[in-house]
Amino acid sequence: MSHPIQAAEFLQDQAKSKWHDETLWFVRDKRDKISKSVPEWENLRDLASQIKDNVLANLGKYLEEFEKNAKANNIHVHWAKDAEEHNRIVLGILQEKRCKAIVKSKSILTEECHLNPYLEKNGVEVVDTDLGERIVQFLNQAPSHIVLPAIHLKKKDISEIFHEKLHTEKGNEDPDYLTHAARIHLREKFLSAKVAITGVNFGVAETGEFVVCTNEGNADMGVHLADVHIACMGIEKIIPKRAHLGVFLRLLARSATGQSVTNYTSHFRSPSPGKEIHIVLVDNGRTAQLARPKFKNSLKCIRCGACMNTCPIYRRSGGFSYESTVPGPIGSILSPGIDLQKHSSLPFASTLCGSCTDVCPVKINIHEQLYEWRQEITKAQPDRAKSLAMKIANGVFAVPFAYNLSGNMMRGALKILPDSITYSGLNTWGKQRDLPELPKESFKDWYKKNRK
Amino acid sequence: MSSRDLILSKIKAVPLEAKNLPTIPEFEFEGDLKARFIASILANKGEVITKAEFFSLLDSGVFEKVYSHIEDFSSFTNIKITEDAHQLNDLNLAIIRGQFGVAENGAIWLEDQDMGLRALPFITEHLVIVLDSENLVANMHQAYDRIGLQESGFGLFIAGPSKTADIEQSLVIGAHGAKSLRVVLLNL
Ligand code: SF4
Repeated sequence: MSHPIQAAEFLQDQAKSKWHDETLWFVRDKRDKISKSVPEWENLRDLASQIKDNVLANLGKYLEEFEKNAKANNIHVHWAKDAEEHNRIVLGILQEKRCKAIVKSKSILTEECHLNPYLEKNGVEVVDTDLGERIVQFLNQAPSHIVLPAIHLKKKDISEIFHEKLHTEKGNEDPDYLTHAARIHLREKFLSAKVAITGVNFGVAETGEFVVCTNEGNADMGVHLADVHIACMGIEKIIPKRAHLGVFLRLLARSATGQSVTNYTSHFRSPSPGKEIHIVLVDNGRTAQLARPKFKNSLKCIRCGACMNTCPIYRRSGGFSYESTVPGPIGSILSPGIDLQKHSSLPFASTLCGSCTDVCPVKINIHEQLYEWRQEITKAQPDRAKSLAMKIANGVFAVPFAYNLSGNMMRGALKILPDSITYSGLNTWGKQRDLPELPKESFKDWYKKNRK
Repeated sequence: MSSRDLILSKIKAVPLEAKNLPTIPEFEFEGDLKARFIASILANKGEVITKAEFFSLLDSGVFEKVYSHIEDFSSFTNIKITEDAHQLNDLNLAIIRGQFGVAENGAIWLEDQDMGLRALPFITEHLVIVLDSENLVANMHQAYDRIGLQESGFGLFIAGPSKTADIEQSLVIGAHGAKSLRVVLLNL
């Protein structure tokens, strides 16, 4: 199914889609406020981008350095060329340890590799321990956002599934109550797991250590109670030096949720006595992306989610409409590199407004790459591109008359148009797009007034 | 060919322009380090208390099982600590010493020696970190300068209690780990 069809489905529930839109915009707003409180914000973005440029230009060297140092610290290093090999390596470790149940903290890479179904098929119980991920796991869903996995759900949905799975009171939707129930449930899982899996936010070549950031503390609860820690890391997550963490950690949480840092930032350098750490370095299409000059910059992504929160299409169409592990603007440039046929509608799921590029902490030229993918798709699949273009022409993504009406008239009209019209499923342009937030006066009016 | 060699050879095959690493400049910090640090901890939903407040908290008897990893306060310890972190599951309060704090975000640096068992600051129901207010740096760059290439097997920044907003973005404190963080700031 293509993005427009999926998006239309998401928009069926008007109240929910409006809430989704507004909530993500609120997160975006928090990001704006906190970034403005750091005077050197733009310098930091430049530095992060330059460090990542250097990483991509020396990826092999840094990976070898990382491997050497990690091994010297008693970390077992594995390499996986693709998702299948990654999954086999993880299962192999579990089988060697005779482990039938694991806890796992947030890892977009293991989602990308579809590790959960693979392990379950092989008789291993997987418990996702991030609260949002546990919620979607109960519902047999995937996360719909890389930082806010359950952002597509309302507390009523969560209360219902908790009532079914955790026997919480029927109808009790209090977030404190529900979180506490999950705490008790997951505490038991933490205490009994012999192996814990985590993702990796940064791997440091210089020291062979890796860093994991959480607010819940779930990654640490898992690994410090288990005997074996398996960390799954995409090869692009490497950074040269420990000092570079200073740059990335100042950007990551501020960009992601508008907080100054996550409450836990854990640096794993070597295992505790008697325990084991394994790290799996995964390619799965990353070297292919590196070889595409126009798209290799997408590998700089630190998975903060800011481009999703700001994207007018993502906010109004929901994460599932992308049908890719990483949704939103960055997902729309990563996924076509993995499977062009399947994901060919994604680069068209954008207004090319450039807001994603503006907020990206590592300065990926996201909207330009979206445009480039459109060119590639048109070349590779002229018919497909034509039909996508038709859908756009038919108004799914466009706001034809809204932009054509004269500014003042539109501003007046928009204030009185009720949401039931702008969010109506009958209204083709409203399907994907609410009307833009209106400035009180147009730039033209402002300019007239302020120009002396 | 092993996957390792395959991946490395694929990378080598890509012609890439050289790109230099930038130098990280010293960013100026305006304002009072202590005030900023306290504000940051509060924003992260932690609390900052004085030593006197800390003692009266301990005397109040609200914490049944207490473990202090700091010698000075070891008289408050009333449980036996073993090598097995699972035994700490019903611990009500852990007291540890932070090496230094970061004013811009409230993060406090800890290494293996500061916590004994790595699970301690997570599994405990409540956490107290004792920190000397002389040991504050402005930002994360200064923090990593200070850490240098220290070789602790585990290093940790704690900036607040365990928290989540995964249910409709409502903030809830006490997801999996410590339900509260109190920072005892010495020499204020
Ligand atoms: S592309 Fe940039 S903004 Fe989007 S998730 Fe990655 S780092 Fe964040």
